[in-house]
Amino acid sequence: MADAVQISHSSSDRKLPNYRLRFILLILSVVVCIVGSFAVGRYSLGISDVVLVFLSSLFSAANSVFSHYDAFFSIFFSFYPLTVMMEMLSAFFAGIFDLFPLTLPGPGTWDFAVYSVLFNIRLPRICSAILVGAALSTAGAAYQGMFQNPLVSPDILGASTGAGFGAAMAIYWDLGSCAITMFAFAGGLIAVGVAYLISHLTRGSATLSMVLSGILIGSLFSATTSYIKLVADTDDQLPAITYWLMGSLAGATVDDVIFAGIVIVIGFVPLYLLRWRMNVLTLDEDEARSMGVNTNLLRLIVIICATLVTAVAVSISGIIGWIGLVIPHFCRMIFGYDYRRIIPAAAIMGAGFLLLVDDFSRTIATTEVPLGILTAFVGAPIFAYLLMMGGKRS
Amino acid sequence: MSLDVSSLYFSYARNSRLILDDVSFSVKEGDLLAVLGPNGVGKSTMFRCILGFLPHYQGNIRLNGRDIRTMDHKKIAKYIAYIPQSTYPVFNYTVFDVVLMGLTNQVSLLASPNQRHIDEAYAAMENLGIAHLQNAGYGEISGGERQLALIARALVQKAKILIMDEPTANLDYGNQFRVMCRISDLAGEGYSIILSTHNPDHAFLYANRTLMISGGRVIADGTPEEVLNAQLIKDVYGVDVHIEDYQYGSRRHKLCIPIDGGVGKHE
Repeated sequence: MADAVQISHSSSDRKLPNYRLRFILLILSVVVCIVGSFAVGRYSLGISDVVLVFLSSLFSAANSVFSHYDAFFSIFFSFYPLTVMMEMLSAFFAGIFDLFPLTLPGPGTWDFAVYSVLFNIRLPRICSAILVGAALSTAGAAYQGMFQNPLVSPDILGASTGAGFGAAMAIYWDLGSCAITMFAFAGGLIAVGVAYLISHLTRGSATLSMVLSGILIGSLFSATTSYIKLVADTDDQLPAITYWLMGSLAGATVDDVIFAGIVIVIGFVPLYLLRWRMNVLTLDEDEARSMGVNTNLLRLIVIICATLVTAVAVSISGIIGWIGLVIPHFCRMIFGYDYRRIIPAAAIMGAGFLLLVDDFSRTIATTEVPLGILTAFVGAPIFAYLLMMGGKRS
Repeated sequence: MSLDVSSLYFSYARNSRLILDDVSFSVKEGDLLAVLGPNGVGKSTMFRCILGFLPHYQGNIRLNGRDIRTMDHKKIAKYIAYIPQSTYPVFNYTVFDVVLMGLTNQVSLLASPNQRHIDEAYAAMENLGIAHLQNAGYGEISGGERQLALIARALVQKAKILIMDEPTANLDYGNQFRVMCRISDLAGEGYSIILSTHNPDHAFLYANRTLMISGGRVIADGTPEEVLNAQLIKDVYGVDVHIEDYQYGSRRHKLCIPIDGGVGKHE
């Protein structure tokens, strides 16, 4: 130790784990997961088939886009070097497209069923797994920081139970799948809004009263949901409500994915941009303020964004526990505590984790196993392990 | 850089007990002001008023002649840095990450620190002799090292007034000494330091000014040698002490020795 003090350091020889490599490995494994997920399911497909279908449709898409742009450029740019370059490029691409149809089977040669399975069933399902997993983990990481409590999960303020109530209402009134999503989303936001209002009317520590009013609102909404289940039609409504509450991506449609995708991106971008500030917000209130941070405003922005992504994720997937609690902890083990790395890592890892769990849910039994059940079975042992590891370190 | 506090009154609710009752003092560049007083007399409340956390005070707090009520947190943070008692963190950031947080005021809202900021944080750690701890977990180092990390964080904030809430609380004898030496070096570099302490010897050894607060009122303000006497300490803490002059080499100091019953060794 004494020697270490005397060696003159410069910022270049800071010895930290190679986080870049870890990120690359994480991203690669998620990509492998994505490709694998297309092949897994009741209608079994080889990985090579999946890759071929995707490449061929990618190339035909690129071809049509490029020929479009080619026309665009030749009309608007008579600038000589650019035109020459474009022509060379277009000749190059034309060469490739002449070549590839010989080696890759074109869309016409594929069975319509394969296309249908890949693009209408698996693609929306995989996209929604990625979106929901990323959203819940990021929101979990953000909540844990904002409430300075590593045991907090994204449904702490009642977003999930509120969404469950909304969905149960929509199912009870037989309103259809689009309405279920919208009702769930609205229910989640209303629950958090009411929890926030109540916390504002109480005295004492702002974060503690927020957590307490979240628990209060959560149990109120779950009681209301129980009542709806009691009066619901036991033949079709009750199973639908119960199934929805256990979480599933089976019903995810393209519309759901687009709606959730837009809202999740809107909520995620501020979280990503504020990720370094979140470090300061995890400190004691006075400490953070003494460094010139408007803690109330920033905390509110982060909580609103995290709530938004949680509510929309729950609205398309039903209630999936554990991810928002476990994934941020796992990220801290691999990427350290700095939120600059935790936020992107949680998003990527959460996406990969839910994708994997969803693959299991599709395959391990003859009927689909609800995701909420699987994440609990996977999450609880992982969390127990993390607790024991954490105990050993300190 | 100067801080002037005049006729500061504060209570948490209207008509409730006054926590601060007509507190006035001022701090100039290079001052090391030791604030003494029993637990719960309003030292921390006074710090929180100065830092702008408790706006409902009466009286005036001026930074370079400017009322802090007209300044927001960001502005105050430019001039005053706060060094809390080191507590065990919820999240085990590396020491470097903790020091880097001091740059919050200088990094724009949506950005992350750049290389210049990183170099500054590094220089501050070197200045305090904790550069070798940069990648250690903040929760895994000793209390004294944690305190130094918090001081490094305050230095990168580039504020010239440092407010420290009992910087030597919970530190062992050696760490108390090392932390206080660094603090007195900083005063020599032109920082103005206000710290609270429970040890009159720290005031004698390191401070050039001392403020004794009791019951929310300033009951003594001056150099430690002038104002800290046996009678004052008896009045405030209820302990009989003897203040001894001593000389070691060229250094002359005062030393506070408790002489109340039960303190002497039984032979």
